[in-house]
Amino acid sequence: MISCHEAARRLWEYLDGAVAEDDRRRLEEHLARCRRCCAELEFAEELRGFLRRSAQEEIPSDVLARLNSTLDELEHR
Amino acid sequence: MALWPELIVCDADGASPQKGTRVRGDRERAARFGALVREQLPRLYAIARRLVGDDAEDAVQDCLVKGFERFDQLDDPDAASAWLTRVLVNCCHDRGRDRARRPVEVELTDVEEFSLYRKIAFEDPFPYSDSLHLDFLEGFGPDDVREVLLRLPDLYRTPLVLVYMFGYATKEAAAILEVPLGTLLARLHRGRKRFERQLWDYAEDVGLVEDARR
Repeated sequence: MISCHEAARRLWEYLDGAVAEDDRRRLEEHLARCRRCCAELEFAEELRGFLRRSAQEEIPSDVLARLNSTLDELEHR
Repeated sequence: MALWPELIVCDADGASPQKGTRVRGDRERAARFGALVREQLPRLYAIARRLVGDDAEDAVQDCLVKGFERFDQLDDPDAASAWLTRVLVNCCHDRGRDRARRPVEVELTDVEEFSLYRKIAFEDPFPYSDSLHLDFLEGFGPDDVREVLLRLPDLYRTPLVLVYMFGYATKEAAAILEVPLGTLLARLHRGRKRFERQLWDYAEDVGLVEDARR
């Protein structure tokens, strides 16, 4: 049985699917018994969604126009 | 078999190409590069904004010029997106080296033990909230997140941005950054810890948690 400290350290790796099979099984055994670590896992998932949502940004039209203009120059030089 | 057959400008016997053929080949190459890159401009700009902030447009301009110069190195059309991202990341890295502002580095021992979840629960910045942790995250707008990312060293910021914001698999990110997978995973782990710590510190610095306590 792993400790809460060890479980908390591995939650993101767990969500990434980057823990070995044995470690994954031990972590899931811990999560089945520990509400606090389950809550911390939910928060880690929220934080990942928060990062994904923060990536959404429109490119300003004037910036896009200048970048397209650079490509035009490269194509015609 | 050539992956870019229309770019071949030499005769089949290897003789020097005719001048007109070379010009046509160069234009075809340039047109192909343009077609490839134009559709990726929004994505490239969004990545650059997270890596170098206000220098993003200049970084993408650098990427266009360097990508065009090195376009012949791309031998697999299916890898074009990752290849362009690699060129962009290198351009951002070059610009990051020149930035006057230095990242706020946190003591490693402090960061390794830090848990944002536990910190929020302990500090309880929203005493009347029944969704304390979500309320904390909702205080951050996209500009705030970008500022927090820019507080991290490039070494940790870039893997976080590629994997958690733009959805690259860890193997793809390792290839883009030209590091072994184990190195990428270690940087992601340390980067996550630093990011969590900097989220809290930023919230304190700009009053997100102080405001909530009033």
